[in-house]
Amino acid sequence: MSFLPFAIAAWLFLVGLYGIVSADNLIRAILSLTVVQSATYLVLLGVGYSQGGQAPIFADIPQTSKAVDPVVQVLVLTDIVIEATVTALLLALAVQAHKRFGSLNPEDLRALQD
Amino acid sequence: MSRRARLVMFGLAGAGFGVVLVLGLAGLPAFGDYKGVYGNVINGIGVTERRATDLVTALNFDFRAFDTLGEEFILFTSVLGVVLILRQMRGEQDRPSQREAEEHSFAGASAALRALSLVLIPMLLALGVYVVVHGALTPGGGFQGGVILAAGPLAVFLAGRYLRMKTVAPTIVEELGDAIGAAGYALVGLGGLVFAGVFFKNFLPLGIPGHLLSAGQLPLASIAVGLEVSGAFLVAFSEFLDQALVVRSGPGGG
Repeated sequence: MSFLPFAIAAWLFLVGLYGIVSADNLIRAILSLTVVQSATYLVLLGVGYSQGGQAPIFADIPQTSKAVDPVVQVLVLTDIVIEATVTALLLALAVQAHKRFGSLNPEDLRALQD
Repeated sequence: MSRRARLVMFGLAGAGFGVVLVLGLAGLPAFGDYKGVYGNVINGIGVTERRATDLVTALNFDFRAFDTLGEEFILFTSVLGVVLILRQMRGEQDRPSQREAEEHSFAGASAALRALSLVLIPMLLALGVYVVVHGALTPGGGFQGGVILAAGPLAVFLAGRYLRMKTVAPTIVEELGDAIGAAGYALVGLGGLVFAGVFFKNFLPLGIPGHLLSAGQLPLASIAVGLEVSGAFLVAFSEFLDQALVVRSGPGGG
């Protein structure tokens, strides 16, 4: 089962991409993008996991305990912050697109087709 | 391009991409078979060097504090972008009477949700402060605690009315929190430059691991980031809620 986290990451990435491509609603496309991004969390955490390692919090375990890689965990934290900001910006654009075209269907964004 | 053609193209491209992705992931070391060096080094020296017990926070606000400065300003500028995109457009105006917005309470709020939200408000705020100030000791830190803090005023919205939330967290306070937090974190870095000679080098006493006031600059940086994150999230929430509840399009708008 040692490949399972990476297999799920690949599946999440592709299923999210499919969601973006097939979306008939901008909100759905934006949420699909967050699915794509969650694949990166799994890859990062999976790369940093070491068998039997504990969380890199040494508040109540001895300093010499085996722990997983904290570096990738910080990268995931950064990743989540970026995801939140990207989502907020895209949702704001979706609000304005709806005001302008009266629809959230990407096909109806006429300005993009001209 | 028709929807069908788009899906066929995605099917081809996605299959090719999937093969490359799986091949790439198969080249990684097996799950659990960690071969990295950097993580083990940090785990080995983190507690003695920085006197922090949560090494994730120690990395975030000390070892790679400079990266976090960039990350923090990404959050700052993107919230600025949200405010800019959702600014008052031509032909839009605020709803004339505040009463209308006052009555326009959260549509899905049942009595149970309101009561529960009232209970949640103090607990969210207390938990948020706890997570922010204990960032160097236990899981948490400025980013996580800031989001929990921002959820407090949002619970005011869930519990009742939008304008009440604006009374608890007026826009100017949200914006000030965002700005002061962002500037405060940069000032922690400047403090390192002034007192220790290197940007973001620790310049405060390290203390004893496990104590609330330990790990040098970490608590200070954590509080600054917590303030910024909660302010930034509240500004973004307010902008979206304004769109739904306060702004209405005039005759010229679509």
